[in-house]
Amino acid sequence: MNKLKVVFGIVAIAFVTLTAVSCKDAKTDKNDSTENHSEMNADGDHSKMNHDNSDGDHDGEKKEMKMNGNGTSQAVLNDYFNLKDALVADDNAKAKNLGGVLAKSLKAFDTSKYSGDKQGELKDIIEDATEHAEHISESDITHQREHFKVLSKDMTDMVAITGTSMKIYEQFCPMYDNNKGGAWLSMNEEIRNPYFGAKMLKCGKVQREIN
Amino acid sequence: MKIAKIIALILLIGFVGIQFVPTDLNQSDTVPKTDFMLVNDVPNDIKNKLQVSCYDCHSNNTQYRWYNKVQPVAWFLEDHIKEGKAELNFNEWDSLSNRRKASKLRSIIKQIESNEMPLGSYTLIHKEARFSEEEKEEILNWVTQLKDSITN
Repeated sequence: MNKLKVVFGIVAIAFVTLTAVSCKDAKTDKNDSTENHSEMNADGDHSKMNHDNSDGDHDGEKKEMKMNGNGTSQAVLNDYFNLKDALVADDNAKAKNLGGVLAKSLKAFDTSKYSGDKQGELKDIIEDATEHAEHISESDITHQREHFKVLSKDMTDMVAITGTSMKIYEQFCPMYDNNKGGAWLSMNEEIRNPYFGAKMLKCGKVQREIN
Repeated sequence: MKIAKIIALILLIGFVGIQFVPTDLNQSDTVPKTDFMLVNDVPNDIKNKLQVSCYDCHSNNTQYRWYNKVQPVAWFLEDHIKEGKAELNFNEWDSLSNRRKASKLRSIIKQIESNEMPLGSYTLIHKEARFSEEEKEEILNWVTQLKDSITN
């Protein structure tokens, strides 16, 4: 009788072990699917955002924005500016979300219309920027800002190749990163510091105007 | 008393059971030409330190100890190594563009500076992987130099 119990117990444990092991894989699958899901959400937000932006444009451009909004350097820049605003607002969660959105638009960026050398450099920039955007999507705000500094350099180099129809200000805060300084791009001339947020909202100056 | 015995037996059997679940070992005989040490002029002491403290998770070759091959430790390690290599693989260093190298070096500096790397869970057992303050400074200086030589 007792023996039977022991045998039963062993079988039960073996079963539990196997289930636990197979659960390991199932769990990753589940994670993947939730990830996809949130990506889909981000995508939804994204297209909405582009619509919003195109609303402000002239009618003629509206169609083009709709058709080319995704996969252009303009889409990347828009997402970068949104991310910057989240950092200005010290909003870690929002910056995470927008980092993910930016990573997606970077991956969607179609470089095929650029010629040889430029295309190579753009691909390099995009690969680098994507990694920083992905890190931003999963880090605390200190890390987000570290990555944002290098990301901003990537964006500046990207604009130097792609050009832009917008007027953009390259701004600089000399105090960030142990006084090594940090630059960023903005659509507004007024300084709103993404590296310090509320702590030093207006620290910085316009370093260069693009366009 | 009897119940305790049964539980112990069951745990033992479970432990033995999971040993049969296969894991992929991160091991390779060859060091590719793109390896960090081969393309950079790395001073010997820094070379050693990087090898001991970083290469287990950031290269294609992990120096396994016996207990690393015992489950569930091996699973835990497998995940870590996979993540580590996705982030940075010293063996594939030279396949990166200068922009990406500079980015990686920046991250290396930040991670070591803030004591986030080497991981606490790793140095807990691998005491020799810890950086003393002097070692830390030495490595940071050297990596910063390398970064500056790439970005300038």
